[in-house]
Amino acid sequence: MESASVVFHLGPLAITSTVVTTWGIMLLLGFVAWLSTRRLALDPGPLQTLVEGIVSAMDDAIRTMLPQRSQVLLPFIGTLWIYVLVANLTGLIPGLSSPTGSLSVTAGLALLVFLSVHWYGVRSEGVAGYLKHYLRPSPILLPFHLISEVSRTVALAVRLFGNVMSLELAALLVLLVAGLLVPVPLLMLHLIEAVVQAYIFGVLALVYITGAMQSQQTVLDSDKEGGT
Amino acid sequence: MSDMTWFTILSTLGAALAVAIGVMFPALAMGRAISQALDALARQPEAEKSILRTLFIGLAMIESLAIYVLVIALIILFRNPLLEYLVK
Repeated sequence: MESASVVFHLGPLAITSTVVTTWGIMLLLGFVAWLSTRRLALDPGPLQTLVEGIVSAMDDAIRTMLPQRSQVLLPFIGTLWIYVLVANLTGLIPGLSSPTGSLSVTAGLALLVFLSVHWYGVRSEGVAGYLKHYLRPSPILLPFHLISEVSRTVALAVRLFGNVMSLELAALLVLLVAGLLVPVPLLMLHLIEAVVQAYIFGVLALVYITGAMQSQQTVLDSDKEGGT
Repeated sequence: MSDMTWFTILSTLGAALAVAIGVMFPALAMGRAISQALDALARQPEAEKSILRTLFIGLAMIESLAIYVLVIALIILFRNPLLEYLVK
């Protein structure tokens, strides 16, 4: 709703605070990744243990959905999880606002998910095999498949944006109505919401991509079950 | 009353009613989903992981309906595209 404040102009391009905050998050994540993988050891230090714990927790979560090929999806889904979580939590730092509270950022992330659904689907099924799943179970359902492709992408973007933005707005309104420390419980809610929304964004992306990757396989499985 | 007054009254009413009604039904749906999930958990505690994962995805789907209502209400209140016809 509120337009992000312009920090500086790069030629005709206005660089808003959202973009600058995202750069900051990218630098931070890159720096932590560099720092933690600088001296990899079999007997890990505290930082390496922490990062290994995070990565293996994400790997476990993906493995429950897609047991055979979790390594294929770990880079993309893990990046989404970490980025969205850090971006949501950025809003708690005074003076900064969450990049995910801007519809442009969440629309970009949702577009990325939309494209990678087809990318992973085509890579695992082949073009013809992937496109055929639009005609299943019956060609009459083709328009509904196409509508759901668009609507779930829009829903992905609007959900994250709406949640983050509405919580920030609610804290602001309470601050206007009541005193200085009154919004603190709301900020704690913001903390929970940030984690839950990051989890949900990643899991939904995972569900969509897994659906595209397994579109052929489930049919084969059900055929086998039906045959025997 | 002038057109502007009517516009203000009606858009405020519309936004308040939209949020009131639009939150009521997702709340009912979420309550139903959570109670069913608790039922399933009580029957099969060993399936906790998959039940909770499905519950969270379902809650997110239901919640997004309420978020749509909020976005529409905020558009009505702050960026109503019909306002320019009135001002012009």
